[in-house]
Amino acid sequence: MDRVRQQTERLSRLFRDAGAVPVETSVLQPADTLLDLYGEDIRARAYVTSDPVLGEQMLRPDFTVPVVQRHMEEGAEPARYTYQGLVFRKQEAGTGRASEYTQVGYEVFDRTDPSGADAEVFALFAQALEGVTLDAFTGDIGILTAAVAGLSTTERRRSALLRHLWRPMRFRALLERFSVPASRVVPQLVSDLPEIGLRSSGEVEARLAALREDAQTAPLDATELRALQAILEVSDVAPNALASLRKIADGLPAISGALDQLEARLSALASRGVDVDQLNFSGAYGRTTMEYYDGFVFGFHADAQVPVATGGRYDALTRVLGQGREIPAVGGVIRPELLEALA
Amino acid sequence: MIKLGIPSKGRLMEDTFAWFSARGVTLARTGSDREYAAEVSGVDGVSLVLLSAGEIPREMAAGRIHLGVTGTDMVREKIPLWSEKITSLAEMGFGHADLIIAVPNFWSDVETVGDLDAVAAAFRKDHGFRLRIATKYHRLVREYLQKQGVADYQLVDSQGATEGTVANLTAEAIADITSTGATLEANHLRMLSDGPILASQATLFASKVADWSDCDLASLAQVLGLENPDIGECC
Repeated sequence: MDRVRQQTERLSRLFRDAGAVPVETSVLQPADTLLDLYGEDIRARAYVTSDPVLGEQMLRPDFTVPVVQRHMEEGAEPARYTYQGLVFRKQEAGTGRASEYTQVGYEVFDRTDPSGADAEVFALFAQALEGVTLDAFTGDIGILTAAVAGLSTTERRRSALLRHLWRPMRFRALLERFSVPASRVVPQLVSDLPEIGLRSSGEVEARLAALREDAQTAPLDATELRALQAILEVSDVAPNALASLRKIADGLPAISGALDQLEARLSALASRGVDVDQLNFSGAYGRTTMEYYDGFVFGFHADAQVPVATGGRYDALTRVLGQGREIPAVGGVIRPELLEALA
Repeated sequence: MIKLGIPSKGRLMEDTFAWFSARGVTLARTGSDREYAAEVSGVDGVSLVLLSAGEIPREMAAGRIHLGVTGTDMVREKIPLWSEKITSLAEMGFGHADLIIAVPNFWSDVETVGDLDAVAAAFRKDHGFRLRIATKYHRLVREYLQKQGVADYQLVDSQGATEGTVANLTAEAIADITSTGATLEANHLRMLSDGPILASQATLFASKVADWSDCDLASLAQVLGLENPDIGECC
């Protein structure tokens, strides 16, 4: 236990030396905020408790949300924060995973140089984990988002797909439905049925109109669809992955901007001494496990186990929590217990 | 002595009595109608415990009773990792009920759970909060919706008269047990076309964690005409 504490202290000192201000957050977090952000699924992962005055509360499942909230309320820019403490996650029985463990985190809020901030966080983590045999994996949710946003179809279909980017099953079901001519016969509103509940007949009419319009929409372009699929299949060392993605961009030029960012990030990483020629990049990385990340994502893994460290960019989260304000943000956490077990 | 837990009242109790009776085991309440005591004849070494149907899964999972009659839905909702603690011995062929999701009948734009998901997105945008689904089967419904990839909904607790919540403006949709669908119809609701979340019926379950020493499950299984289950062998 002492060794874990030392490890925690070492990481925290490293992050403070890198310019981060230490912050603390409450263990009890209002459940509303987390539920609105993650949906009901979070109930299966976080411990829920209730307080007669504060209402439903959750034992913090991560630090990111309270740290972002705090920054949006009172932070000056640019800002770097570090924190250390326990997080709580329900685990499925039999997995043997810890339901209570330490995270030491580092978060950067900076709007001037996103690629530089991405590289700063990754390089700092690589330095913190030096001496332990770990495989680093990277990805970029921003490329996938740009690909979907660039599909030549209706805004409605694009936003339906974007909404389910993190739910691969529903995403695939939508893609399949949008890939063939619409076959659905759209019904009329039946006027003699009693209108009950908060959702009005006007809302039903509006969706029926949307369904009618959608039934007239042409199937997704086959070339674009192949390009989207190809992005998810890219898995190689970073320079090769970038080259493959550039080729894919011929069929889906909308991702070019996101690829320029990837390229800028790779050179920022190289200039910080990261060996990008050996760095794994995969197009689907971070898609199922890290819901709020929307750009650069990374993880340091030992074997196939739970990653020792994870992180990424979460610009959209700051928009949701910022009530009209937003700031580009990137950060990550290291789990000292896992790290110590490997050392 | 095998402790057999059965529902303490109503149709479910009567049907359970009839099921055992058809197999030569007579279960009967003793004393006044209001006294929760009962006796067993036709087989030795079994004692009867009358319980609320909803408590039977918990009692089996805790090993306080050996056998229990309750619905599949109750076991799955109330006992996490139920199959590690409880096993099914026989489906009893009554108490059929489906756990379903229902929406207002006039929602002609909603047929499937995929439609419900699309409506939830629009609803949240229009009303500023997540679409509410009233239920008492939180675990089963949440697991189902998660597997189906539905977002932007919330479960609100409703322990009874769930079909009324939509008209009362406390939910937009419901997830509840239905057998004939008559109550849904009377409340202007209609179930989604994807099929039920769970098809439940009354089932004779056995606890895997109860102490089976001094219990003769083999004899009881033989009398009931059941395959000899591989629990309680030690005796």
